[in-house]
Amino acid sequence: MMLATEHLIIAPILIPLIAGALMLLYDESQRKAKLGISIGSTIALLFVAIELLNRSKGSPLSGGNEISFYLLGDWAVPFGIILVLDRLSALMLLLVALLAIPTMIYAGANWHKQGQHFNSMFQFLLMGLNGAFLTGDIFNLFVFFEVLLAASYGLLLHGSGQVKVRAGIHYIAMNLAGSLFFLIGVSLIYGVTGTLSMAHLSQMVVNIPASERPLFHAGAAIMGVAFLVKAGLWPLSFWLPITYMASAAPVAAMFSVMTKVGVYVILRLSMLFFGLGAGASAGFGAEVLIWGGMATMVFGMLGVLSSQSLGRMAAHLVLISSGTVLAVIGLALSGGGSSMLSGALYYMVSSTLATATLFLLLEPMSREEGGIAAMLALTADAYGLEKDEDEDEEVGLAIPGTMTILGLSFGVCLLVLAGLPPLSGFIGKVAILSGMLGVGGVPAYLTWTFLAVLMISGFATILGLVRIGIQTFWASDSKPPKVLAMEFAPVILLVAMMLAITVKGDSVLRYTDATSRALHDPLVYSDGVFSTRRTVGAEDQE
Amino acid sequence: MEIVLSAAIGVFAASGIWLLLRPRTFQVIIGLCLLSYAVNIFIFSMGRLTIGKPAIMPKGGWINAAEYADPLPQALVLTAIVISFATTALFLVVMIASKGLTGTDHVDGREPDRSGETK
Repeated sequence: MMLATEHLIIAPILIPLIAGALMLLYDESQRKAKLGISIGSTIALLFVAIELLNRSKGSPLSGGNEISFYLLGDWAVPFGIILVLDRLSALMLLLVALLAIPTMIYAGANWHKQGQHFNSMFQFLLMGLNGAFLTGDIFNLFVFFEVLLAASYGLLLHGSGQVKVRAGIHYIAMNLAGSLFFLIGVSLIYGVTGTLSMAHLSQMVVNIPASERPLFHAGAAIMGVAFLVKAGLWPLSFWLPITYMASAAPVAAMFSVMTKVGVYVILRLSMLFFGLGAGASAGFGAEVLIWGGMATMVFGMLGVLSSQSLGRMAAHLVLISSGTVLAVIGLALSGGGSSMLSGALYYMVSSTLATATLFLLLEPMSREEGGIAAMLALTADAYGLEKDEDEDEEVGLAIPGTMTILGLSFGVCLLVLAGLPPLSGFIGKVAILSGMLGVGGVPAYLTWTFLAVLMISGFATILGLVRIGIQTFWASDSKPPKVLAMEFAPVILLVAMMLAITVKGDSVLRYTDATSRALHDPLVYSDGVFSTRRTVGAEDQE
Repeated sequence: MEIVLSAAIGVFAASGIWLLLRPRTFQVIIGLCLLSYAVNIFIFSMGRLTIGKPAIMPKGGWINAAEYADPLPQALVLTAIVISFATTALFLVVMIASKGLTGTDHVDGREPDRSGETK
């Protein structure tokens, strides 16, 4: 049993890998079996994530900052690749699992029939995401990034059609170029320090000679570009709205956590490499994150105000959310204190759930305008599917009072995204602002600029969403759309999650508080990695 | 050797970037290939340049590491080649699909207006 609990850390990578590979063996006609496997795998992931989260909370003995390690292939640190599970990774794993279940159910209603291997690609995407959150080695991070990107290329194109292929070309070209940046950065860092382990690097940063330091900074900055492209920092974000609008609803919902991978890596690496203990490198890149983050918020805000369709608006809301978190990371990096960062983590969780819900709501809301019908006809054409077969299967349990429920869920998303009381968006924003004003480690002009941008972006969100809401729910005289229960259950699930993190706000905030304090103390991380002993060949070590 | 290598990286990268910014899908994919060559050679050079030195130490005991080439960048470059090859192949498929669906090989999926465009 001891063995099993130890190996649980790698389970979030192995479960989707095995499930995804298994489903490749099934024929496309056995969709029910595939769907069963995928949902089973995501539920297993959720349980693993909860268990890992509990483990990372640790006991009071370790100061509530319990980091677990897993040596891949039992190679000694720092030569082998290590998986690290700390509070931040556990939080991200849980967020992915929480999003994956509703998305998978939603896809099961319709979307997974629109092309091939949807379920497998979805699982591989989860594998890449989980791997990126767990790894403690920057080259291994590259590999997991490629896994998740390769899966995301397939998912984006899922359902085919001109719009998707056109957006796909831009998205793939952008990300291939980004991967090359990643490689240049990694190899520069390796050239300067001779290591790829994050923990080893974080210990070495202080001692890099002054002549080599600019090279190290250049490497980190070039690598950072790759992550900022994913996170959608302005001006690297122009691909994002087009891509998200073009992708299928469940895919877009899952993509809303993909921008958070970029944010996660930036947070992880900047806190490890350029935290307060990094000597001459402390705070490197903070200005870029602060101003870039705020520019992203402004860009997203203008986008929200100018968009005519909900899809474009939701994509810009993703930008606002990641811009806010990036700006706070920058502020925390320049000494803004840990409680602000804790608020940002909370905000990130709630806004990711809200944008994902919005993407799932989008398609049922615009169904009366022929959204899905047109799409289905198109893909049926492209794949030469039997049309009558599709229509037969579509008859399912439709829900009554569609518009009311759709409207209420939409309202919840609006409150969360705009940061209005009483829901979680408000708590998150208050936590960020009170952390920032309370500690006072940030120059006053930055504090007030950020505050203004945050408030105005919330206001713009209200304006934009309310306008769309009025058009759809009040001013429309068409017949209410038919929405299947299977498409609706996930939305309810997500709304319930948002309500849950609002009600349980104090315990979530306590968790993110400890997470953010742990992030400010990278020594625990790096010392922990180096004290990890091999399990089998321990006696061979000197 | 350093001059030749850095010149090669520079030429590859410069032509790669130029091609990447061109409007035809074929140019873009060739540009990405050239760029990835540049990056691969660059990764390789980060293990320091050596001639005729083995990358694997004999078993038993610690010996002068300066006598050996750094094996890690070689492993990294191998991984990078495999991954970029696979993703480029995937990209090629998407491009062919785009040509089939839109009837043009322009990256935007449609020909720009002829008025300011010189091709």
